[in-house]
Amino acid sequence: MSHCPAGPTSLTVGEIPVNRHFDPITRHELALYCGASGDHNPIHVDIDFARSSGFPDVFAHGMFIMARLGVALNEVFPPSSVREFGVRFTAITQVGAGITCQGRVTAIEIIDGEQRARLEMTARDQDGDIKLKGEAVVAFDPQGEQE
Amino acid sequence: MTSKAFSIDPQSAVGHVFASQRAFVEPRRLKFFLETIGETNPVYHDTRAAREAGYRDIPIPPTYLFCLQSLDNPGPPAVLELLGVDIGRILHGEQKFAFHHPACVGDELVFTTRIRDITNKKGGTLTMITQDIRVDNGHDQHVADVVSIIVVRNPPHTAGATQ
Repeated sequence: MSHCPAGPTSLTVGEIPVNRHFDPITRHELALYCGASGDHNPIHVDIDFARSSGFPDVFAHGMFIMARLGVALNEVFPPSSVREFGVRFTAITQVGAGITCQGRVTAIEIIDGEQRARLEMTARDQDGDIKLKGEAVVAFDPQGEQE
Repeated sequence: MTSKAFSIDPQSAVGHVFASQRAFVEPRRLKFFLETIGETNPVYHDTRAAREAGYRDIPIPPTYLFCLQSLDNPGPPAVLELLGVDIGRILHGEQKFAFHHPACVGDELVFTTRIRDITNKKGGTLTMITQDIRVDNGHDQHVADVVSIIVVRNPPHTAGATQ
């Protein structure tokens, strides 16, 4: 990476620097995401298709929720600081879900000469059910930047 | 109609490398994506802010690499065609990105996808397909390594069948 990450200069294990709530997901947003993302799987926008596939209703693209988790992450850690970002889609996210995206620091380490934080990333709905769970690795100390 | 879960033996597809796919980071299409996901960070919207932050041009948000491959290569994912899986049977299991170089507006990216592993779960009612995707740009840079796991829901009467 060729530029300095801005963002937090100090972090401690256990703190939750990433924390953002998003308004309930609408069918309109799923239609927009279908077009914007190129994921045209009708299961997310066509209730007839969803029912014929065994689901009671359409449901959110997992990657739409991951994109919002990314928005929450980038609010604190600039794009250039993100080294890794991965999730497991642990449950289907229903229309109307109000998603809270969080990142909790689980480790601070020096890798490739830069200080990095590991964040446990989660997206939960209004009932606290985890929809996405994963990890982000971010560089947060400009002093350690190489190149 | 076949009652089989797959049109070919899934294990014969492990190691398969698909023809590389190209995608162009087009600014207006990116803007639509940013508006859709609610991303307002100036570095993604303002070329000057992006250059001040050290980018060649406006960078793409972390999950957009996944979208670009679909946007410029329409139709169901190639792996579904290869294995004969209907799109209504799949769910997204996992998605991981390891970023090495930023991808920016104007870049032409090359995606090379390889099937790493295909494994049955839950008594064969589910099949997990793991794919590794390498992303390179036109500046001889390795942009990212992506891992994508698709979960296939197998028809009940084929559960446990591995062919």
